[in-house]
Amino acid sequence: MTALLETRGVWQRFGGLVANSDVSISVGRGEIVGLIGPNGAGKSTLFNLIAGVLPPTQGSILFDGEDVTHMPAAERCQRGVGRTFQVVKSFETMTVIDNVIVGALVRNTVMREARRKAHEVLEFTGLATRAHVLASDLVPAEKRRLEVARALATEPKLLLLDEVLTGLTPTEAQTGVALVRKVRDTGITVLMVEHVMEIVMPLVDRAIVLDLGKVLVEGKPADVVRDPKVISAYLGDRHAVGA
Amino acid sequence: MDKEFAARRRRDLIIAAVLAAIAAATPLFVKDVVVQNILILTLMYAGLSQSWNILSGYCGQISLGHALYFGLGAYTTELLFTKFGVLPWFGMLAGGVVSALIAMGLGYPFFRLRGHYYVIATIVIAEIGLLLFHNWEWAGAAMGITIPIRGDSWLKFQFLRTKLPYFYFALALCCLAWFVTWWLENSKWGFWWRAVKDNPDAAESLGVDVFNSKMGAAAVSAFLVAVGGSFYAQFVSYIDPESVMGFQFSLLMALPAVLGGIGTLWGPVLGAAILIPLTELTRFKFGGSGRGVDLIVYGTLIVLISLALPRGLLSLFSRPKKTGASR
Repeated sequence: MTALLETRGVWQRFGGLVANSDVSISVGRGEIVGLIGPNGAGKSTLFNLIAGVLPPTQGSILFDGEDVTHMPAAERCQRGVGRTFQVVKSFETMTVIDNVIVGALVRNTVMREARRKAHEVLEFTGLATRAHVLASDLVPAEKRRLEVARALATEPKLLLLDEVLTGLTPTEAQTGVALVRKVRDTGITVLMVEHVMEIVMPLVDRAIVLDLGKVLVEGKPADVVRDPKVISAYLGDRHAVGA
Repeated sequence: MDKEFAARRRRDLIIAAVLAAIAAATPLFVKDVVVQNILILTLMYAGLSQSWNILSGYCGQISLGHALYFGLGAYTTELLFTKFGVLPWFGMLAGGVVSALIAMGLGYPFFRLRGHYYVIATIVIAEIGLLLFHNWEWAGAAMGITIPIRGDSWLKFQFLRTKLPYFYFALALCCLAWFVTWWLENSKWGFWWRAVKDNPDAAESLGVDVFNSKMGAAAVSAFLVAVGGSFYAQFVSYIDPESVMGFQFSLLMALPAVLGGIGTLWGPVLGAAILIPLTELTRFKFGGSGRGVDLIVYGTLIVLISLALPRGLLSLFSRPKKTGASR
């Protein structure tokens, strides 16, 4: 079976800066894949290329067997790419349910159905009791959850999570992890950018490590964390010697 | 929860129907022509502001150039009438269509601009429109167009002996703009507009066609404002560039919505009900060409509102709700 998402030799340059160089990754159906790497590794850039915020300088991106390299974000959403933002972008003057309805309208043209779908998603993500609160009144952890709920309402095949677990308390992070598992169990493929290794590693099926814009290592989380190249990328060469 | 939401929608509709009925009955008690005049203008500006609110309030694209669409409505109607004998009713529709098309044509480059740059562009374009009409000989240039008086007639929509037909037309326009807003508020477009206003990037990621959302809002908004312009031209029966396309019209469409509550269903009506009588009364009391005290009065009002109640007077009544279509 073909991969759900594939990037082929993707390059992204911003002026003289090379953010991604020759990145080829693939994500299979039903997987949870973690995209990790130190600051400035090019994770967010790759993430934005996949979401369709901007087209790559070079290379191609395939989603569900289709070349989407130059497709705008809104159309990718219609094809089944859902995303969250690292810096949350709630619709602040709208209620939680209204935020989610915007997402649900992608696949439901009748308002009544979009509303029902939105309620369903809020139930699923544990935000049902907050449905009629303004998004601006949510606490940070709830806003993260709302980002996920909104994306889920678009009924994606691939869910892109941009640091949804970062900056949460351990308890909040654990409920977050449970939610990601629950999402995968409904058949949605997940690609997540994360910083917090100890939370991500037990969660993902496979980890892809980026460093200096390139794919450094990719494999089972347990192998990845022991890889000397990864350790030196994160901590410097001195620490990698002992590994 | 959905029941609650449906109940609120129904309640809004009932309140609107009751208010419209009360308004429709006022001419029975108000015989004074000056007061009637004020009522007509209030209803007209309520409708205009409601239409402005669709693009600028709901979709968040603040326009200070809507005078252009108002003037285009007026000019299209009167040029068709005086040059080709087309009845104002058809002229009204034509004016609406012309304005909607021009709004979309202008939106094509300008909706790529963000924030203040868009606002500036709208002001500049309206001023250019004003200058063009000032110099356009065929359209009467600075002399304007006098609408030939042929006696009271519904067909030609002109009345000398009574203001009542104008009153009812202004009321109908106001109701139409309100109803369109009410209807769109709970539609895909309404949700898309509010999403675009709050966060275009997030909207895009959720499948919202940001550019076409703005185009749609601009077209609806310009169409309704142009119908208002056509009405105004018939009402005053003489137009020149300054009297239908001047900057003050752009302000008078924006201010009621800002005063009452921008991006809300009831804000423009509430704002117009306070602002327009106040403007007209001060103008009446202090005389002059109307470019003095009235401006000071509502300038002060706006400053006070933006300091004390930035979300408008409506936030006094329904604090937790704001623009939310739910609940």
